[in-house]
Amino acid sequence: MKEKQKEVVLQIKNLKKSYGDLRVLNNISLDVHKGEVVVIVGPSGCGKSTLLRCINGLEDIQGGTILLKDEIISGRDKNMHLIRQRIGMVFQSYDLFPHMTILDNVILGPIKAQRREKKEVIKEAERLLERVGLLDKRDSYPRQLSGGQKQRVAIVRALCMHPEIMLFDEVTAALDPEMVREVLDVMLKLAREDTTMVIVTHEMQFARAVADRIIFIDKGEIAEENTPDEFFINPKTDRARQFLNLFEFDTE
Amino acid sequence: MRDLGIKVLFQGINFFRLLEGLWVTVKISLISVVLSALLGIVLGMIMTIQNPVIKAVTKIYLEFIRIMPQLVLLFLVYFGITKAFGIHLSGELSAVIVFTLWGTAEMADLVRGALTSIAKSQYEAALSIGLTMKQTYFYIIIPQAMRRLLPQAINLVTRMIKTTSLIVLIGVVEVVKVGQQIIDANRLTAPSAALWIYGLIFFMYFIVCYPISILSRKLEKLWSS
Repeated sequence: MKEKQKEVVLQIKNLKKSYGDLRVLNNISLDVHKGEVVVIVGPSGCGKSTLLRCINGLEDIQGGTILLKDEIISGRDKNMHLIRQRIGMVFQSYDLFPHMTILDNVILGPIKAQRREKKEVIKEAERLLERVGLLDKRDSYPRQLSGGQKQRVAIVRALCMHPEIMLFDEVTAALDPEMVREVLDVMLKLAREDTTMVIVTHEMQFARAVADRIIFIDKGEIAEENTPDEFFINPKTDRARQFLNLFEFDTE
Repeated sequence: MRDLGIKVLFQGINFFRLLEGLWVTVKISLISVVLSALLGIVLGMIMTIQNPVIKAVTKIYLEFIRIMPQLVLLFLVYFGITKAFGIHLSGELSAVIVFTLWGTAEMADLVRGALTSIAKSQYEAALSIGLTMKQTYFYIIIPQAMRRLLPQAINLVTRMIKTTSLIVLIGVVEVVKVGQQIIDANRLTAPSAALWIYGLIFFMYFIVCYPISILSRKLEKLWSS
């Protein structure tokens, strides 16, 4: 259990997001502390992915504020790219750049966006690739890798930017079951190293193992916020209970 | 007989004149291709903007150029503009104008197709690692777009080169015309010259177009590694 005195990295205050007339996120407020792993769960269409995309500025918001280390990052017109360098995001569809080698995929951001020295970046990229077991693929192209490998590279690519917080948007949803594990293992390792993470996932057992806090979103609102053990064993709200029942099977 | 025919190729300055004619073809093609590529890329990018006015205007332009036979376009520019505006355009200039208009339209369509075929998620992934929009286009989008449109772009280039033979009909003396002149001049003395002259011209077009295909294949290989 991480103490509340720890530094707040991300603050979301009364976030409202609509697509036209459809209100997708309604008054979402959330604080994420340094080193904390917050897992967001909820039924499809409840707005979880949209929330991550709002944090990263890929979607605009209609109300509320988002702060990264006390700096307002929402509603920005200029220099959003500087903010995005401090937020690492991994997508469900990995989206590696197909015309570049794995190594080039990883070093592009640090070199071009952060203007770091190439030699140093390459060393770090190789170190990170080694940690996820993919150093031998450094000169391969994305199409030569499996889904799980590509996703691990996507995580490395985001990490190499030295972000202050990592966002994971259902990163295992598009993977075959055998490959889900290798990606989740990487995320568990990151969590144990005190990486600040916000994870949207459907993998309930993983959520329980990795989370410091579970946020349950339903119909665009935070319906419940709890510790993982409490949430899964004894959910406070009926909606949470209904949601968790979806993952139970009777063997009648 | 056959002997006489092939001799025509080496008589006097025949061969040299054929080369000159080829140079006219190559020059006009080259200028048109380069202009079309530059303008086509710009127009293609403009065409991806979701604006109804832009879409309507560019659609009309594209359809017009595509439906009109190139020959009609050549006549329209060479004869039509002269009559309508009283300006005298040389055959070569008219050719460059027409081929550039045609090439730009086709190229723009290729560029637009290539750009729109790149998934939005590629933009998002690039932005998420902190690249600016300009950097995203330069490092991620354009390289991928180029790889996608290369085969058809090369095809367009060779088609443009071959279609330039039409400019004979607006009075430009290019390689086919030179060939005809030589054949006419030797009609009585070497009737079978036609075979050799056109054979040589075919070979010349081949020499011009084939390296372009090879280049394209090499680039494709290099880029797909």
